[in-house]
Amino acid sequence: MESVKELLVLLVASSLVSNVVLSQFLGLCPFLGVSRKTNTAAGMGVAVIFVITLASAVAGVIYKFVLQRFHVEYLETIVFILVIAALVQFVEMFLRKAMPALYKALGVYLPLITTNCAVLGVALTNVQKEYGILAGIVNGFATALGFTIAIIILAGLREKLEHNDIPKPFQGMPTVLLTAGLMAIAFCGFSGLL
Amino acid sequence: MNRAGERLLNGLVKENPTFVLMLGMCPTLAVTTSAMNGLGMGLTTMAVLALSNLLISLLRKIIPDRVRIPAFIVVIASFVTAVQLLLEGYLPALNKALGVYIPLIVVNCIILGRAESYAYSNPPLPSLFDGIGMGLGFTVALTCIGAVREILGAGELFGYALMPDAFEPIRIFGQAPGAFFVLASLVALQNFVKEKRKAAGKPYEKIGSGCGEDCLNCSDTGCARRFYGEKKAGKEKAAAAEKPMSAPGMAGDLEIVNLEEEEK
Repeated sequence: MESVKELLVLLVASSLVSNVVLSQFLGLCPFLGVSRKTNTAAGMGVAVIFVITLASAVAGVIYKFVLQRFHVEYLETIVFILVIAALVQFVEMFLRKAMPALYKALGVYLPLITTNCAVLGVALTNVQKEYGILAGIVNGFATALGFTIAIIILAGLREKLEHNDIPKPFQGMPTVLLTAGLMAIAFCGFSGLL
Repeated sequence: MNRAGERLLNGLVKENPTFVLMLGMCPTLAVTTSAMNGLGMGLTTMAVLALSNLLISLLRKIIPDRVRIPAFIVVIASFVTAVQLLLEGYLPALNKALGVYIPLIVVNCIILGRAESYAYSNPPLPSLFDGIGMGLGFTVALTCIGAVREILGAGELFGYALMPDAFEPIRIFGQAPGAFFVLASLVALQNFVKEKRKAAGKPYEKIGSGCGEDCLNCSDTGCARRFYGEKKAGKEKAAAAEKPMSAPGMAGDLEIVNLEEEEK
C-alpha cells in the first residue's frame, strides 16, 4: 500500500512536472481546438478529469483482476481501448438518464474525449510504471488536472491574443502553437520542485 | 503494378500524412527528439499501417457495415501488440526510447483514417501499397523533423557530430518546447503555401491545418468522423440540433457555454 506522502508526490509530479500536454504531447487535439474561450476550456477540463479518473480506475481493476489473473497481460492495448470506448458511451447514456444537469454541462465534450489519446496513455502508463489501483487513480486524476490547468491558461492567453496584429501565415494555429511552446518552457521550471 | 506505384507516390508526396494532411500530430511531436527515434517510429507505424490495411481489405466483405469501426480497432490493436512484442524482443533500446507511444499507435488517426477511407473499399494489393506509401510518407516526415530538431538541439545527425565546434547547440529544440516551435513553423509554412496556391488558382483543399484548427467540428470533418463513421456523425448532428432548444436555462446556471453557441 502506498503511503499518503508518495501519493501527494505523484499528484504534483503528474499534474505539473511532467504535464500531459506540455511535456508528453498527449491530448493535443482538444488542447488546441477547445481553448478559444476560458469557460469552454474549463468545461472540457472538468469532463476530462471525470473521464480519465473513471477510466484509470476501471482499467486498473480490469488489469489486476482479469488480465493478471489469466496471465494475458500482453492483451492490455486491445482490452483498454475497447473498455475506454465502451466506458465513454456508457457514461454518456448514464448521465443523460440519471443526471441531466451534469449531462448538459459535459455532454458535448464527451464524444470528443473518446478520441483523446491521453485517456489510453494514462491507462498504459499506470501499467508500465506498475502503479496499484489507488496510485493509478491518483495518477489519472493528477494527469487530467494538469490538462485542465494547461488548457485554462492557454484559453486565457488566446483571449488576450485574439485582436493582435500578427503576420498572415502565423495567424491562427501557428500563434497558438508558439504560445503553447512558451508555456512548455514555463512548465519546465516545475522540474525543480521534486 | 501501375496502380501500386501510383499509391506509393500518393502517400509519399500528394497526400503526405504529416506535411499535407497534418494527421497524427501527437506522436509526431513526442518522438521526434532525434532523427533515429523519428525513423524508428515511422517504420513501426508503417508496418502496422500496411498490415492492417491488407487484413482489413481482405476482410472487407465479411465485416458488417455497422460494426466496422470496432472491428478495425481490434485488427489495428492486434498488429500493434504484435509489433510491440517484436520490438521488445529484438530492438529493446528503440522500444525503451519510444515507450508508451508504441501502444498509442492504435489511436493514430492516420491508420484508422486509411482503413475507413481506402482499405475498406479497395482490393488487397492496392491497399497494401497504400499503407506502405502512407507509412513511407510518415517515416520521411518524422525523420526530417527529427533531423532538424537533432541538428539544432545537439548539433548531431543520427548521433554523428555534424556542426562545427563553434556551433552552440540550442538545447531547447531537443526538449518539449522545441517540438511546439518546429510544428508552429511547419503550419505557418503550410499556410503560406496554401495562400500562394489559392492566389495562383491551383487546388489547395487537401492541405489541412491539422486537427487543431477545427476541433469543434471534429465529429463532422476530422478524425472523429473517421473514427465513428458517417452514420454516427449524422446522428450526433441531429442530437446537436435538438440541444439548443432546451439548453440555455441549464447552461446559464452552470456558466458553461454550449459549443454550438460559441461557434457563432
